[in-house]
Amino acid sequence: MKIIILGAGQVGASVAESLVSEQNDITIVDVDPTRLNALQDRFDLRTLVGSASHPSVLAEAGAADADLLIAVTQSDETNLVACKVAARMFNVPRRVARIRATDFLNDEKVLGPEGFDVDLSICPEQVLTDYIVKLVEFPEALQVLDFADGRVSLVAVRSYRGGPLVGRQLKDLRRHIPGVDVRVVAIFRRDRAIVPDGDTVIEVGDEIFCLAPEKHIRRVMRELRRMDRPVKRVMLAGGGNIGLRLARALENDYSVRVVEHNKRRCEMLAAKVNRALVLNGDATDEELLEQENIAEMDLFVAVTNDDEHNIMSALLAKRMGARRVVALINRRSYVDLLQSGEIDIAISPAQATIGKLLAHVRRGDIVSVHSLRRGAAEALEAVVHGDRESCRVTGRRIDEIDLPAGTTIGALVRGDEVVMAHHDSVIQAEDHVIVFVADKKTLPRVEKLFQVGVRFL
Amino acid sequence: MERLNAVLNLLSVVVIIFAATMLVPLGLSLHLADGAEQAYDTAILATALAGGLAWVATRGRQRELQARDGFLLVTLAWTALPAFGALPLMSYLPKLTFTEAYFEAMSGLTTTGATVLSGLDRLPPSINFWRCELQWLGGMGILVLVVAILPLLGVGGRQILKAETPGPMKDTKLTPRITETAKGLWGVYALFTLACVLAMHWAGMTWLDAVMHAFTTMSTGGFSPYDASFAHWNSPAIEGVTIVFMLIAGINFATHFQVLRKRSLKSYRDDPEVRVFLGIIAVSVVGITLFLLAKGVYRDFWVALRYTAFNLVSVATSTGYANTNFGVWPLFAPLWMLFLVSFVSCSGSTGGGIKMVRAMLMFKQAFRELARIVHPRAYIPVKLGGHPIENNIIFAVLAFMLVYGGTISVMTMLLAATGLDFVTAFSAVVACINNLGPGLGQVGPATNFALLDDFQTWLCSAAMLLGRLELLTVLVLFTPAFWRK
Repeated sequence: MKIIILGAGQVGASVAESLVSEQNDITIVDVDPTRLNALQDRFDLRTLVGSASHPSVLAEAGAADADLLIAVTQSDETNLVACKVAARMFNVPRRVARIRATDFLNDEKVLGPEGFDVDLSICPEQVLTDYIVKLVEFPEALQVLDFADGRVSLVAVRSYRGGPLVGRQLKDLRRHIPGVDVRVVAIFRRDRAIVPDGDTVIEVGDEIFCLAPEKHIRRVMRELRRMDRPVKRVMLAGGGNIGLRLARALENDYSVRVVEHNKRRCEMLAAKVNRALVLNGDATDEELLEQENIAEMDLFVAVTNDDEHNIMSALLAKRMGARRVVALINRRSYVDLLQSGEIDIAISPAQATIGKLLAHVRRGDIVSVHSLRRGAAEALEAVVHGDRESCRVTGRRIDEIDLPAGTTIGALVRGDEVVMAHHDSVIQAEDHVIVFVADKKTLPRVEKLFQVGVRFL
Repeated sequence: MERLNAVLNLLSVVVIIFAATMLVPLGLSLHLADGAEQAYDTAILATALAGGLAWVATRGRQRELQARDGFLLVTLAWTALPAFGALPLMSYLPKLTFTEAYFEAMSGLTTTGATVLSGLDRLPPSINFWRCELQWLGGMGILVLVVAILPLLGVGGRQILKAETPGPMKDTKLTPRITETAKGLWGVYALFTLACVLAMHWAGMTWLDAVMHAFTTMSTGGFSPYDASFAHWNSPAIEGVTIVFMLIAGINFATHFQVLRKRSLKSYRDDPEVRVFLGIIAVSVVGITLFLLAKGVYRDFWVALRYTAFNLVSVATSTGYANTNFGVWPLFAPLWMLFLVSFVSCSGSTGGGIKMVRAMLMFKQAFRELARIVHPRAYIPVKLGGHPIENNIIFAVLAFMLVYGGTISVMTMLLAATGLDFVTAFSAVVACINNLGPGLGQVGPATNFALLDDFQTWLCSAAMLLGRLELLTVLVLFTPAFWRK
C-alpha cells in the first residue's frame, strides 16, 4: 500500500515505524529536515521536506497514486486542509487526520465530504487518556481493551506469588467462576508466548491475556488477582495535554492532584479543571511529594513528555509509598528495562494509540486493532463476510480453520450476543471475530483469512 | 480647566434632559388638576435655565471623554440632579428645608426610599408621582439613559456606564456598541416595568398606583404614596406580585437582556449569582418564618410566611416596602434582613449593597487561603461560573470591601456622636449606603428620617450617594492624582 504520512513528530514517527514493518511504501513529509533525517536513518521510507498542506508538496509526495493519507502534524488546521486538498486534487481514497480540538468533531458537517473530507479523525491524547482511565477503573489490570463497542473486553494481568491461580491449571479457572465464559487467549512467560490450553499451569510472573464479556470482567479479575481496594486518590505528574485530559476525566470520581512545574501552565490548568488540585513543582521533588502525602496515593501516573522524568518520578513515588505507579515511556529500550521492575505499568504512547490507525490500514474488514506487547502481538476485531466458497473462515468450525501458530480466535460477537469461541463454534457471515495474534509476523496470513475472494465481488 | 469645561458641557445637557422629565408630573398635575402645577412651572424653568446657561457658557468645549472624566461627570450629575429634583417638592411644600428636600430627592434618585415626608396620602398625586419617577430614573441610571439616547458621548459613554452601573466586573459588553448596550438595558428595564404595571393592576391597584409602584419596585426604590406603604392594601395578591418583581429587579439586567435576546432561560442558570441570590433568600424566608413562629410573633405558619416573605424580600433587595412594622420583631430578624441587603443583590441589578458577586468572590478567596495552608504549592484560582477571576479583580474587591466597611464605621460613629442611639445610627447608615430606605429604631419602618437634624440628614444623603455609585467612583475624585495632568 502507498501511504503518505504528514508530520514526523512522535505520532508520525511511531505510525511510520509500525507501517514500515508491514511492507508498505511510505513517504513522510515534515518541515523539519533533522527529524526526517533521523527517521530515514532508522527506517526504509522516503522523506520530503515541505509544508504538509501545500498541493505542490502533496503532488511531489506522490498523492496522485497514494492509497492512504495520514495527516498527523501538530496543527489541526494543517491536517484538515491537507485532507481536503488530497481529496479534491488527488483523489486519495482514504484520509486520516489527527484532530485535537473537539470543537471540530461536534458537527459532522465539518469533517464530512462537503467539509474537510476526513474519513477518520484520531486524537492520540484522547486515546491514551481513555487507556489510562481504564487502568484507574481496573487497578489490577495491566491493560484493558474493548472490542465490539465495549461488549467484549481483553484484560491483561500479571500473576504474582501467592495469587489465587498460581500453580493451577487453566481449566480450574472455569470451575472457579461458574456461569462466566472466559477464555485465556495467550500467556506470555518471560517474554515468550505460550499457546494456552486447559492443562497449562500458571506460573508466577506470567502475563495472562483473557477475553470475557465486559459485564463479567470484574468477576474474572477477582479470580485472577486478589481484588485491590478501589482507587480513590490519584496523582498525575505532568499537566500537559494528557495530564489535563486525565485530570478532567478523573476529577469527578477520584481525588486528583496534578503536579506541573511550569507556573503559567499551572494557571492554565487550574482554570480548566474543576475539582482537581493543581500543584506547582517538580514531580521528582521529594519534599513536594511528602507534603502532598504521596504514601496515601493509590495511583501515581507520570505523563510528562520526558521519558527519564517519568521514570524517575514514578520510581521515587513508588519508593515513597504510592501503591501503584504508571509511567508513560516512549523509548522501547526503557520499557524493556523497566516493565517488571518497580514501575507497575509502563505505557508506550505510540502502541496505545496506533490501533485505530492500524485498523484502517489492514486488509479485510477490520473494525479495531489493539497493538500489544510493544507491537509484537496484536488483538484485532474482524467482520466476516462472504460464504463458505468465497471466504476461508465463513461457515467453518473453528478447528477447521487453518490458523497460523500462536493465533487464537477468542470470541464471536453475533449481533448483541457474545459467544466465547470453542473448537466447535461455527463462524457465520457478519460475525465479529476477536482474534489474538501472538506473533506479528503471521499477520498477513491472518488478514488473508478474513479477505473475501474475487468471486464474491 | 479644559477638562472641567467639557464635563460641565455634558452635565448641562443632562440637566436639560432632566428638566424634560419633569414634564410628566406636570402633565399629570394638569390632567388631574391637583393644584401642584405651579410647582413644576417654577422647577422646570429654573432647571432648564440653569442647564441652558451652563451650556452656553461651556459651548464649543466638547471633546471625547477620557476615562477619568466619566467619574467626574457621573459624580457631578448625581450631586447636582437631586438639587434640581428637590425644586418641585420645595415649591409645593414651602415648609420643607433645602436639606430635607435634597435628602428626599437624593433618596429618590439613589433608589433608597428613605423619606422625611409624612402625610404622603394627602400630597397631590403628581408630587408622589414625581418621587416615584425619580426612583425609576435613578434605578437603571439616568446617565445610562443619556448614553442610550444621545450619540454625542461616543467612546466616553463606556466610561460613564462603567462608573454608574454596579458590580466589580463591567467589561462585559452586551453588544458591540455601547449605545446599543445602554439602549438594551433601558429597554429591558422598561419592558419589565410595563409588565409590573400590568401585573399590579391585575392584582388590584388603580392604574396610577400601579405605575408608581412599578416604578419603585423595578428600581428597588421603595417610595410609596401611602404612609402605610403596602399595609394600605393588605392584599396577598398585590404582595405576591410585588415579591416576584422585586426578585426580578434584584437580578442582573444584563442577564435579563441575554434571556430576552436568546429567548431561553439558560442564561439565568449560567449566571452564577442568580442561583445563590435566590437560594439565600429562599432559605432566609423559611428560617425567619420559623424563627418568628418560635418566638411567638405569629401563631399561624401562613401568616408568618406572608409577612416574612414580603418584608424580607423587600429589605434584602433594598426596596424597602413594608406591610407590617418589622421593627418590632425580635432584633435578630430585622438584623438578618439588614445583613442580607448589604450583599444579596446581583451586580448589574437595581438593588443596593456590595452585590452578590463581591460576596461570592470574598467567600471563595477566604476558602482559597484556607486551602493554601494545607497545600502551599497549589494553584487554586478563584472561579465564578467556571471561569477563573484574575487576582487584580480580587484585590479591587478587597479594597472595595475595606472602604465599604470603613465608611459604614466612620459614618455610624459620626451619627452616634451627634446623639443618635447605636441601633438608629448604625441602621440608618446601613439603610442609606445600601440604598434600602427604612432602618431600625428611630428610623424604622413605622417612622421616617424627619427627626434627623441637618448635619445627620446631609450625612445620610452622602451615604446614599456613595452607596449608589459604589464608593470608589466618588472617592477617586478626592485623590490628588485624579486632578493631575
